[in-house]
Amino acid sequence: MSATAVTVRDLTRRFGAFVAVDHVSFDVEPGTIFGFLGSNGAGKSTTIRMLCGLLRPSSGSALVGGIDVTRDPEAVKRRIGYMSQKFSLYELLTVEENLTFFGGLYGLDDEQLARRKPFAIHMAGLDGRERTLTRDLAGGWRQRLALGCSILHEPRILFLDEPTGGVDPVSRREFWILINSLASTGVTVFVTTHYLDEAEHCHRLALMHAGRIATMGTVAELKRAFTNRVVFEVRTNAPMESLRALDGLASVEKTSLFGTALHVWMKPGERETAPLANRLAERGLSAESFEVVEPSLEDVFMDVVERQEGAAS
Amino acid sequence: MRKALAVGLKEFRQIARDTRTLLILLFVPAFFLLLYGYALNWDIRHVRLAVLDRDHSTDSRQLISAFVNSTFFDRVADVSSMADVESLMDRDRIRAALVIPENMSRDVRSGRQAAVQIILSGDNANTATAVFGYAQAIVRGVSAALQIEMASGRLAPPPLSADARIWFNPELKSTLFLVPGLIGFIVMISCVVSTSLSIVREKERGTWEQVRMAPINTVSYVVGKTIPYFVVSYASALFIIFAAMFLFGMPMRGSWSALLAALSLYVVGALGTGLLVSTLVDSQALAFLVSLLVSLLPTMILSGFVFPISSMPVPIQMISLIVPARYFLVVLRGIVLKGADAAMYVQQFGALALYAATVLGLASLRLARERG
Repeated sequence: MSATAVTVRDLTRRFGAFVAVDHVSFDVEPGTIFGFLGSNGAGKSTTIRMLCGLLRPSSGSALVGGIDVTRDPEAVKRRIGYMSQKFSLYELLTVEENLTFFGGLYGLDDEQLARRKPFAIHMAGLDGRERTLTRDLAGGWRQRLALGCSILHEPRILFLDEPTGGVDPVSRREFWILINSLASTGVTVFVTTHYLDEAEHCHRLALMHAGRIATMGTVAELKRAFTNRVVFEVRTNAPMESLRALDGLASVEKTSLFGTALHVWMKPGERETAPLANRLAERGLSAESFEVVEPSLEDVFMDVVERQEGAAS
Repeated sequence: MRKALAVGLKEFRQIARDTRTLLILLFVPAFFLLLYGYALNWDIRHVRLAVLDRDHSTDSRQLISAFVNSTFFDRVADVSSMADVESLMDRDRIRAALVIPENMSRDVRSGRQAAVQIILSGDNANTATAVFGYAQAIVRGVSAALQIEMASGRLAPPPLSADARIWFNPELKSTLFLVPGLIGFIVMISCVVSTSLSIVREKERGTWEQVRMAPINTVSYVVGKTIPYFVVSYASALFIIFAAMFLFGMPMRGSWSALLAALSLYVVGALGTGLLVSTLVDSQALAFLVSLLVSLLPTMILSGFVFPISSMPVPIQMISLIVPARYFLVVLRGIVLKGADAAMYVQQFGALALYAATVLGLASLRLARERG
């Protein structure tokens, strides 16, 4: 029995000549929320499908709950819960019938069902709506019901594949509160998302790009990778002109628009604002303020991806 | 098995709540039976006939009454000129005309040959050929009777005649032959389409993926998923069998238990076909198309439903060996029309069972392989 909830070593999956997942290795500690980030097609879903025993790895190994997914995928399935972005429920069944069905699918007996169903209904906030057709539920309710269906059999590891897609911000927040409370009871949560703000809820993050793990660590660790680089938020009345003026300056690596302001990324070691102000003055422009901003996860993400693509080309 | 039950229960609830699909499953087949049962009819009777009698003799009247008594022809008009025949034919008031020339009786009685003219509307060549056959037979009969009368001096039937006894369907009603075929045809189509759609729908909605994440083996899932469709399809098939009996006078001369057994094998084979289709395609539109293609055409053309298999070229006959309706129709017609014993159809029962086992096996293999 390994001490980790998920142990992945050199996991690889090829589809013909295409390598969807390329020698991926990581560990997930029990009771933590592990976030898996990356753009569409980065290999997140393929990785999850392998970990859930749905897809055979081409090479490498993965232990989920101490069980080898290649050797005994069915045993893995019994121990995990899975919920996808589609909140795959049966629309023509009521709330309670959906729970009964998924409970039956996981082999729960009557006693277990009688105990777990009210729990799931309560967790989803659907008390009193047991007989509502799932078709008539709004997105957020469906999402929580789908989560309820996936934890009926009390899995110790929960896989969530983009669980908040298409759900309003309030429901997303409530959903993360649920996820956090599940994790606090010792459930390991493995979640993929491309909402970077959500990634801040995760204890650890892995950033996937083109089938590989580009970077991995806690949110703080990832941001710290930027400590020797400064990003200025520049407020100006003419953002487009200012952007063009500052781009190409010796100390500037790149510029980007950020709302009505500008983000100016300095090269490593550069932190002087004077050259920036001078350049703006030369062009007859001016800045109201230069403010050092903390890089967001999005900044980190974009930076990692760009550096990888730069290295590849 | 608990898991298969859970799947079956869920499927039942879904079907029951999806009223539209349920109604389609139960009543559209019966509707098709009505539609095709009345439309598909090869019998040619009551052809509207005009008579132009220029002879006005006892013999000509005898010929005319032979036409009318045959029941193949309805004498709707007596005309006095060819112009009248033309005008009636143009307006489609008549489909045939019998023209008896002047002096027919005299010529015949004096040993000369006389010809009567049959004018047919040839817009449907098949019908025209058949009607011409009837007309010729009637004329030949009357001609033979005349010959004997002239030779022996008295009216007498021809010395040698073929006396046909048509067993099982004495009136040669083509409906009796067609309706069992229709039953096989309709059951096949509705089973294949409904099963394949039900699974592909789950693929489209994403519930398929969700279910595959659960620790349930393929066989349990397939069994659970098929049972409700078996029940509904079986009910629907029985419904159209009753409808065929009451509406088209299809007899039931054999044993019900043999019929129900054959129907079970046939329905399972059809459901298996639908299942197999659903493992090959991912969209409902495509599933519908492929289902129709694999069920409609072979069942219509290669099963002996409309065209007799024995008159097909040998390679086509070989292909028809894998069409389950071919066997089901033999058994069904045998039981309902001839009252035949099920024991006579061991081969057909075997073929139906083999077909069902093969498609279910292939479908299970495909499903197992989807696990990558």
